[in-house]
Amino acid sequence: MLGKIFFLLCLSSAWAEDLCSKAVPPEAYYVRLSIKTALGDKAYVWNDNEMFLFQATLAFAMRSQFSGQEYNVSNIVVCDETPRVSFWFVVTSLEDPSRLVSRGDVEQAVRKSRNRINSAFLLTDQTLEFIGITPTLAAPVAPNTPPWLIVFGVVMGAVFAGILVLLVLPLIQKKRKKNQPMEDEDSDEETQVKTAENGPERSGVYNMSFSDDDKFTQM
Amino acid sequence: MGKTEDSGAQERPKWDNKVQYLLTCIGFAVGLGNVWRFPYLCQIYGGGAFLIPYLIALVFQGIPLLYLELAIGQRLRLGSIGVWNSISPLLGGVGIASMIVSFLVSIFYNTILAWVLWYFFHSFQNPLPWSQCPINESRTGYDEECEKSTPVNYFWYRETLNITPDIGISGSLQWWMVVCLASAWCVVFICFIKGIESMGKAVYVTATFPYLVLTIFLVRALTLPGATDGLLYLFTPDWNILMEPRVWLDAATQIFFSLSLAFGGLIAFSSYNPERNNCERDAVVVGVINSATSLYASISIFSILGFKATTAFNSCRTENILALTNHFHISDQNITLENYDTWFENLNTTYTEEVASLQLRVCDLQRFLDQGASGTGLAFIAFTEAVLEMPGSQVWAVLFFVMLFSLGLSSMFGNIEGVLTPIKDLKLLPKWIPLEAVTGSWVICLFSFLISLIFTLGSGNYWVEVFNGYVGSVPLLIIAFFEIIGVIYVHGMKNFSEDIYFMTGSRPNIYWKACWMVISPVMLVVVLVAYVVVQAQVHPTYPAWDPSFELFPETEVRPYPDWVFAIIILLSSVPVLPIPLVALYRLICRRRTSSARAEPNPYSNNGFEIETQEQ
Repeated sequence: MLGKIFFLLCLSSAWAEDLCSKAVPPEAYYVRLSIKTALGDKAYVWNDNEMFLFQATLAFAMRSQFSGQEYNVSNIVVCDETPRVSFWFVVTSLEDPSRLVSRGDVEQAVRKSRNRINSAFLLTDQTLEFIGITPTLAAPVAPNTPPWLIVFGVVMGAVFAGILVLLVLPLIQKKRKKNQPMEDEDSDEETQVKTAENGPERSGVYNMSFSDDDKFTQM
Repeated sequence: MGKTEDSGAQERPKWDNKVQYLLTCIGFAVGLGNVWRFPYLCQIYGGGAFLIPYLIALVFQGIPLLYLELAIGQRLRLGSIGVWNSISPLLGGVGIASMIVSFLVSIFYNTILAWVLWYFFHSFQNPLPWSQCPINESRTGYDEECEKSTPVNYFWYRETLNITPDIGISGSLQWWMVVCLASAWCVVFICFIKGIESMGKAVYVTATFPYLVLTIFLVRALTLPGATDGLLYLFTPDWNILMEPRVWLDAATQIFFSLSLAFGGLIAFSSYNPERNNCERDAVVVGVINSATSLYASISIFSILGFKATTAFNSCRTENILALTNHFHISDQNITLENYDTWFENLNTTYTEEVASLQLRVCDLQRFLDQGASGTGLAFIAFTEAVLEMPGSQVWAVLFFVMLFSLGLSSMFGNIEGVLTPIKDLKLLPKWIPLEAVTGSWVICLFSFLISLIFTLGSGNYWVEVFNGYVGSVPLLIIAFFEIIGVIYVHGMKNFSEDIYFMTGSRPNIYWKACWMVISPVMLVVVLVAYVVVQAQVHPTYPAWDPSFELFPETEVRPYPDWVFAIIILLSSVPVLPIPLVALYRLICRRRTSSARAEPNPYSNNGFEIETQEQ
């Protein structure tokens, strides 16, 4: 039993090496990671362990998409790894290791679990790219009332309140004045004081009989 | 003594203090043009070298004309129509022309304020709406028009203006623009509700706030990378440019329009002054502060534009780095912005064809700096894009748009005053409109709002450009010319000197006399003729935003259709028509009545003036 499993494993790894030396099959997807761009100082080094994690997450994605089919790490074949950290991969089918899972199926699986795959590597849609699988665009947040109307309401409310206050206040003041006894002398003095209210810039003698108030003298 | 309770009609309103008056004049002079026209002119006309024609124009044309307007308004204590009627009945048309121009300018100027309000309302969101494209209907990608151009352009042309591809296609009223326009007129109305009492208080805020914001922006911008590049670019002088006559023409017109001369607003403001006020000092102060503000604003603006250019340059290079990294499978972040040039040279020499096949963009900082923008393009496209890159974008956007709104509002005060004061002085409004409550300003605001609905159509922006280019230019030059001729030659230099002696206590010195009598009129005529010649040489065109244009997102330059051209001619000529018409009318009236010349100014009692001098 052990021997059979061992034999199958050897066969599949030999088959994988075979696959990598041939031309890129049409079912393959090209993957590109930009770890330093995403994480800066906290970037981890890409090594075989990380590659293993990648194969495991892909297998997880295939399992989630096609429930019941138990994909394994050995079904995810990775080739042409570069220092860029880019490679291409194919998924071999469960029944027949020489057959590859179709592109459409792989795409569906990746799309469904894209978030989980990104999170496993602390990356985003832009830094973990599957060439050919465009990231689904986030639905725009559409609040019920557009925010600008709220601000508009606040500003216009303040403006109208101001208009009302400025229009109503003098009317109230007039009513108050009517209730109080009239003080004519005071108002006369005020106007006389107003005419003398010239800036103290001129040192010359200002003859009040020629002040502007004369213009309004009623004949 | 007459009853002084309801003395609104009897007593002329007054400024509370000198500071209010000065702030109002400065606010009127300092407007949007100081922020978005002057830096652009500086940039295209050789930076520091442009200051020379600018300052010459200020000294020999701007300040003398300013002094003239302030002095004549203060002496005769009437709005623009009353003043010119007093000087000579034949010149009455000058006041009417000022009033018409003020009205036409205020209707399109407030539309710009409506746009500023729209952007202000939208600055309270995260992320800012002009930072990303909206998703198209089928949710498969971004909106096509937005993808081809930029999100900032899309937000301006499509979501704000909803612009039509051609000026002939009017489109419909954009309800959101109507709402913003109504708010802008309401704000203007509330500031004018009590005439200059309320306006004088509002101006404490609207005239000073822009300086505060400009300072904040300056401090912030100088800490951003690339600010010094922008400043160097702006101020590096190119002395050769002084040989071109175009520079001198633009400097003279910029000074003239920047000081808001010939609108009648300055005459109205100074008419509320006490009679003995040193208007000479006021004129110099206002003129110098206006130009200083232009310079100060251009420093702030260009620091930010330098930052924007540097950011664009860096993202251009980052794109190239990504392309190279992906193609040559180089480890991530091996190529950085610092070593990009060495890497690029290495790769280019080793794998020339492959690098060529990548079609990398040529990234040149100078090219990014060269993308000059002025007017609405600067405020709503270039600056909003720059704000996106700054941390805390919402704060900067809000500050910027409130500053633009204050700048525009304080200029609107002058424009509206140029319409209101003549109307009040002439008692043109019928009695049944309640004047006491709100000094008739609500009539003007309502009427102007209804007319400015034109600018909320789909083609509104094109019409704003038409008005901006043709109403606020040639008519003002002509009016100013008649103003200076009217005061100096019709009223008489001697009379005017006596007026100034009465007001300030000293006669104008040789510099003022030389400017008023010779230099300024000559400069005005030369500028006017040159301006008309330059405009008449080319059939006027406008840039149209047409998504179906081949080279979209570039704007297509189209000539104005004939009917628009006719409207342009009307807009340039109708405001100045009253000048000859009124003169003719008065001449005909005078010939009919053979009696002595009517003395329309009841205040001009010669005996009264002479006695005051003897004291």
